[in-house]
Amino acid sequence: MTATAPVKTEYEAVIGLETHVQLGTATKIFSNASTEFGADPNTHIDPVVLGLPGTLPVLNQKVLEYAVKAGLALNCQIAPYSKFDRKQYFYPDLPKNYQISQYDLPIAEHGWIEIEVAEKGKEPYTKKIGVTRLHMEEDAGKLVHAGSDRLAGSTHSLVDYNRAGVALAEIVSEPDLRTGKEAAEYAQELRRIMRYLGVSDGNMAEGSLRCDVNISIRPKGTEKFGTKVEIKNMNSFNAIQRAIEFEIERQIRCLETGEPIVQETRLWDEGKQVTKSMRSKEGSSDYRYFPEPDLGPIEVSETQRETWRSELPELPAQKRHRYAEQYGLSAYDARVLTDEKSTADYYEATVAAGADAKQAANWLMGDIAAYVNANKLLVSDLPLQPQDLAELVNLIEAGTISGKIAKEILPELLEKGGSPKAIVEAKGLTQISDPAQIEALVDELLAAHPTELEQFRAGKTKLQGFFVGQLMKKTGGRVDPKLSNQILNQKLKG
Amino acid sequence: MASIRELHSQLVRKERSAVEIAEAALQRIETLEPQLKSFLHVTADQAIAQAKAVDQRIAAGEEISLLAGIPIGIKDNLCTRGIPTTCASKILQGFVPPYESTVTQRLAEAGAVAVGKTNLDEFAMGSSTENSAYQTTANPWDLTRVPGGSSGGSAAAVAADECVVALGSDTGGSIRQPAAFCGVVGLKPTYGLVSRYGLVAYASSLDQIGPFSRSVEDTAILLGAIAGHDPKDATSLKVEVPDYTQFLKPSLAGIKVGVITETVTDSPAGQAMQAALEVLQGLGAEIREISCPRFAYGLPAYYIIAPSEASANLARYDGVKYGYRVEEAETLIDMYCRTRAEGFGSEVKRRIMIGTYALSAGYYDAYYLKAQKVRTLIKQDFEAAFAEVDVLVSPTTPTTAFKAGEKTADPLSMYLSDLMTIPVNLAGLPGLSLPCGFDEAGLPYGLQIIGNVLREDQVLHTAYAYEQATEWHLRQPAL
Repeated sequence: MTATAPVKTEYEAVIGLETHVQLGTATKIFSNASTEFGADPNTHIDPVVLGLPGTLPVLNQKVLEYAVKAGLALNCQIAPYSKFDRKQYFYPDLPKNYQISQYDLPIAEHGWIEIEVAEKGKEPYTKKIGVTRLHMEEDAGKLVHAGSDRLAGSTHSLVDYNRAGVALAEIVSEPDLRTGKEAAEYAQELRRIMRYLGVSDGNMAEGSLRCDVNISIRPKGTEKFGTKVEIKNMNSFNAIQRAIEFEIERQIRCLETGEPIVQETRLWDEGKQVTKSMRSKEGSSDYRYFPEPDLGPIEVSETQRETWRSELPELPAQKRHRYAEQYGLSAYDARVLTDEKSTADYYEATVAAGADAKQAANWLMGDIAAYVNANKLLVSDLPLQPQDLAELVNLIEAGTISGKIAKEILPELLEKGGSPKAIVEAKGLTQISDPAQIEALVDELLAAHPTELEQFRAGKTKLQGFFVGQLMKKTGGRVDPKLSNQILNQKLKG
Repeated sequence: MASIRELHSQLVRKERSAVEIAEAALQRIETLEPQLKSFLHVTADQAIAQAKAVDQRIAAGEEISLLAGIPIGIKDNLCTRGIPTTCASKILQGFVPPYESTVTQRLAEAGAVAVGKTNLDEFAMGSSTENSAYQTTANPWDLTRVPGGSSGGSAAAVAADECVVALGSDTGGSIRQPAAFCGVVGLKPTYGLVSRYGLVAYASSLDQIGPFSRSVEDTAILLGAIAGHDPKDATSLKVEVPDYTQFLKPSLAGIKVGVITETVTDSPAGQAMQAALEVLQGLGAEIREISCPRFAYGLPAYYIIAPSEASANLARYDGVKYGYRVEEAETLIDMYCRTRAEGFGSEVKRRIMIGTYALSAGYYDAYYLKAQKVRTLIKQDFEAAFAEVDVLVSPTTPTTAFKAGEKTADPLSMYLSDLMTIPVNLAGLPGLSLPCGFDEAGLPYGLQIIGNVLREDQVLHTAYAYEQATEWHLRQPAL
C-alpha cells in the first residue's frame, strides 16, 4: 500500500460586511420624534414616522453631519452632490412600504480602514480593508411575533414603530476580509471609530450596530468568486467570528462532498452555534428605486466638509500608531488603551500630568481596568483623576511608597478619589528607604529570631523568605523591598 | 355672488355676521347638493363655530383678515384634523387625520370658515370626478356634464356659490381644467410656493395646492394666505410672499404675451382663445407667437412620471395601520392583496400598475429616465419662451365640459383633456385658468395663462386686466 494521499486543496474565504450603524441623533432622520431606546411600543412616533397620508420627510441636518463625519473617518470621498431614493418593498414594519435610502449617489464612497489582527499563536498584522460606500437611510420598525417566540408558530404579530425612522448609516466593505477574526476586527474597528466620533454608541445588544456577512470560498490562488451566502443575526463580534468560521467549514465540506452551495440567506443560531438556511435568493429582488421627490438634492460644500473634517478627533488607528511611537508601548498595550476613547483620553491626561507612560499604562490596564470592568464603569467615571493617578505613579517612582502600598491605597482612591500623596502622608505609609533605619530594623529582627537565624546559617536558606515576611509585617510593608533585601542578605550571612 | 372684499366690508360694517354668511352657504349647500354632489363631507358645526369666533372678534373690535368669515371648500385630499379625509377612495374610508395640513392651518388662523370637504377623482387621478369612489359631481352649467377633475368638487362648489372660494390641488391640470369646465378662476402656483404638508400625495414632484374663486382678485387674496415657506415641506421655497392684489392693474401696456404655437387650432376652443388675444392686445399687451416644440410630449412623459411616483406614494395603503382592511385574511399577502384590490378603484390601480412597470428593473431607463429627460426639454422650451415674453397663453382645455360617462370607457381620451395643462406641472410653473367665453350650449371656455417661475404677479395681472375688460365672469349658472 504505497498510494499517496491526494494533495488537500487549501481554500480561502472571501468576506464582505454590510454594517448598519444607528446614528445617535436625538430625533429621527426625517421627523422630530425621539430616538430613545427602550420606550413603550409606539410612543416615539408621529404622523411622519408612520407615513400617514400627506406627511412629508424633512432631513435632520445632524444626520447629514454625522454621516459625513463617519465617511471622512472611513477615509471616504464625500459626494458634493447626492440624493435620497425610495427603495420599495412591502413589509408591515415599513410604514410607507418604501424605505428612504440612497441608491446610486451615496453620501460617501471609496474609503478604507486599517485593522489590527492579533490571533493566538500567530504573528499580529495590520491590514487595510476597503470601504465601498456609506449611505444614509431610515430604519424600519420592529415586528413582535406573539403566541410563540419566533415567527413560525406565532398566532399574530404586533408592530412597534419606535425604531422606524431612526437614522442609519449603512457601511459596505469591499470583499477584502479573509477570516472570521478579520471580520470581527473590522466590525470592532468600525464600532470604535463611530464611538470616537460620537456619532453612535455602537451598542450591538440594542441593535445600534448590526452586521450582515457575505461570504464565499474558493481554492487558494484562484480569482473566481464562489457562490455567495449571506449570514444574518449575529449579536456580538464573537458571534460574527464564529458564524464565519462555521460557514467556511460548512462550505468546504459542501465543495468536498460535491454538495452544491446555494445562494441564500442563513441565520446564525447562537445556541446551537450553527448557521441555518432562512431563504434562498433566486435572483435579486427588484426594489424599483427612484429618486425621492419629497427631498431635494443633498449638497455638501467644500467649506462645510472641511469644517466637519477639522472637527474629527484623533481616530483609534492614529492613536495606536502614536502610542507605539511616542510612548514606546507594545502594539497590545496601545490597542487596549485606545479601545475606548475615554480610556485613551484618561491615559493621555495621566501621562501629560507627568506619569511614566509605561507605568501609567500598567496601572490602567491592570488594577484600574479590573475595577472598572467589575463595576461596569468607564474610566472617565472614576473619582480618581488623571493627575492623581500620575501622582501615585510618581510616588512609586520616587521611592516614597512601594508598589504594594500603592495597590493598598488604590481601592480608596478609586472609590473616593483624592490625592495619593495626602493619603500616604495621613496614614504614615511613606516607604522606609533609609539604609540605617532598615539596618536597625533588621538587627532587631535577627535578635528576636535566633533559632531561625541559626538554621539559616546552617544552610536552610529558604528561611530568607521568612525574614522578608517578618520585616514586611513589622513595617506594614513600608520598607523599600530592594534595599531591605540587600541589607537582610548581608546581615543573614553575618 | 359676493366677493371676498364685499363680504369683508359687510362684516366689518356689521351689516352681516359671519354666522349669517356661513348659514347662507350651508343653506345653499343643502339645497344644491342633491343635484350637484360637490361635497363629500359638510362640516356645518365646525363652520358655525369658526364663524362665531370671527363674530366675537369683530364684536371685540379686533381687526380681522380679509379671509375671516369667508366660507371655503376644501378638497378632500387635504388633511383636516378630526375630520374625515378620504381622497374619494374607499381605502381611506374612516380615516380621520390626527394632524392638519399647512394650508388649512393657515386658513383657519386667518379666520376662514371651512364648510366642507369637496369631491374629487380618487387620489386626484382623473379629469371628471367620475373616479370618485363615492359620487360624481355635476357641472353647474349642465348637470348632465362633468365638472372636470380632479378638483371637480371645489370648482363646482365655487361656480354654484356653495362657497366663496375653495382649495384644490393640481398635478397635471386638476385645478385649471375643472376651473375651465365650471367657468371659474383656478390657479396652480409655482411648484414649492405652497406647502404640500398634509396634501395626500399623488405625484409628489408635480402636486401643488391652489385656489378656486369667481374672481381673479379672490384668487390673489387666497394665494397670499396659503403661500410661503413651510419647514415641514422640504420642497417648499424660501421666498417672501407679496400682497398679490397690488399687481391687479387694468392696463397691460408693456406686457408681452406669447401664444404657444403648438396649441393654436381653429377649433372652437382655439377661436375663443383668439378672441381673448384680441382683448389682451386691446389692453396694451404685445402678442407674439412662441413655439414650444416639445409641448406635446408632456402628456406621455407625465403618464410615466406621475404613475411612477404614485405607485410608491400609494404603497402605504396596505390595511396595516389605518383605513380600509379586508376581514379575515388568511395571510399577510392575502390581506395586502385583497385590501388593495377592494380598496382602490380601477383608475388608481391602472396608474399603480403603469408606475410599477415603469420603475421595474430593465424598464427604468427606457421609461422613467427618458420621461425625466423629456421633462427637462420641456422646461428648456419654457425657459426659452420666457426669455421672449412675460406670460404664455393657451386654451386651458381642448373642449368644453363633456358628458358624464362619455369618456369613462376610454382612459386615453380622458387623459387628452389635460394636454394643455400638463407641461406646466412638468416645468413647475404657475398657470391660471379663467373664463374666456361660452360655447353654443352655454358651457364656459377657459383661457390658460402661464407665467415664469414665481411670476404669479404677472399671471394675476394679465388675468385681472382681461377679466375686467370682459364680462364672462359675471355669468352665473342657472341652478
